[in-house]
Amino acid sequence: MSKQSKPWLASVLLFFGLFSLTQPAMAEQLANGAGPGASSAGTWWFWPLLLLAITFLMGIFAVLGGVGGGVLFVPIISGFFPFHLDFVRGTGLLVALSGALAAGPGLLKMNLASLRLAIPVALIASTCAIAGAMIGLALPTHIVQICLGATIIGICALMLVSKKSEFPEVPKADRLSSALRIYGIYQEVSTGQSVEWKIHRTPLGLGLFILVGIMAGMFGLGAGWANVPVLNLMMGAPLKISVATSKFLLSITDTSAAWVYFNQGCVIPLMMVPSVVGIMLGSFVGVRLLAMAKPAIIRWIVIAILAFAGVKALTKGLGIG
Amino acid sequence: MNEKDENILASRPEQIRYAAILEKGMYLGLLVLLITFVIYVFGIMKPYIPKDKIPTYWTMGVHDYLHHAQIKPGWSWLGMLKYADFLNFIGIAILSGVTTICFVAVIPVFLRNNDRLYAVFASLEAAILCVAASGLLSVGH
Repeated sequence: MSKQSKPWLASVLLFFGLFSLTQPAMAEQLANGAGPGASSAGTWWFWPLLLLAITFLMGIFAVLGGVGGGVLFVPIISGFFPFHLDFVRGTGLLVALSGALAAGPGLLKMNLASLRLAIPVALIASTCAIAGAMIGLALPTHIVQICLGATIIGICALMLVSKKSEFPEVPKADRLSSALRIYGIYQEVSTGQSVEWKIHRTPLGLGLFILVGIMAGMFGLGAGWANVPVLNLMMGAPLKISVATSKFLLSITDTSAAWVYFNQGCVIPLMMVPSVVGIMLGSFVGVRLLAMAKPAIIRWIVIAILAFAGVKALTKGLGIG
Repeated sequence: MNEKDENILASRPEQIRYAAILEKGMYLGLLVLLITFVIYVFGIMKPYIPKDKIPTYWTMGVHDYLHHAQIKPGWSWLGMLKYADFLNFIGIAILSGVTTICFVAVIPVFLRNNDRLYAVFASLEAAILCVAASGLLSVGH
């Protein structure tokens, strides 16, 4: 095994090590009275600290696996930590929002994220995210947990089958995108070429964002997993524009849903701040590891972790996990 | 690359303004969040809910949590800023509010460029985010 593969391999082992640690640690904490319905003087720091460590690794995996932090955070934390799903979803949205806010300015300045493309999409997605958040908070927890599990397993399937297209062929821009003047040009750094882009199937793509927005708000997942395929495969935006606009879009969609959760009281600073800091620090490290990692293997690991967390959410919702 | 090429590749003015405000708001929000969290965790100010009682609450659904902890939802936290735990909400509100400011700020740029449709879109988006932030949208199990 090459020396270069060791850092990410160490990350994998550390992730699973800490992951397996949560179970006996949880049992011990429950025995000590830190669990459901109990007070635990002196051990309040245990879960935030574990949360910081797990979210740090999640941040690394999110970058290496090409997924957002929110989509890993909600199923894993709700499945394996003692926090109620209401707080996990509120925190998950703020985790995804923080990542999007951190990336947004740079992507806009580099002209990779397109404000012109994002605004009409955001109008639909953010309105639906508010509706999704309200539906998610109104439904009984076990129903949301079952739907979350099914959605996560669906995301795994989507990750397995969806193919990305770096430069999709768009023979002709549709009438709506032409009227809205949604087109652009960016510089492809790898070749030095200027790439002109336009989109098609805009009404259908915008329609799909109704569903994306509802799911983002309902489960607190962020929505990069859905944004990118819709923008890239359906609407024909180049992959870089799709990924960047999707990331920027999360800063708008998640803001609207996050306000609903925040106003309902679903934010506990002792959960939220370690999660945001952990994911952000992990993302910085992940970007550095990206050069030496093997993305295909990492992607398989992320899919496996997601599938495991999805099944856990499903069984938890059904009362058998 | 000549100057003409650079102009073509440059971001549009509204995009540059949006990015500049987003960047400042993001840094401010994160800084405030970290400072207030340090104040909270190191006990520099007294919290409303003692830290050792938090594990009792985070296992409850949000409605039970608010009921047992006697906390009102919505913007009532503004009246509880003397407590360290609620002080953290300032940073969260900045991070959640900066996007609305960005949209309001780009409206004049769109209007100046005679792009009325996008000025309307930006106004609508700002209005939607304000409604979400208002706390008027209450939810009950």
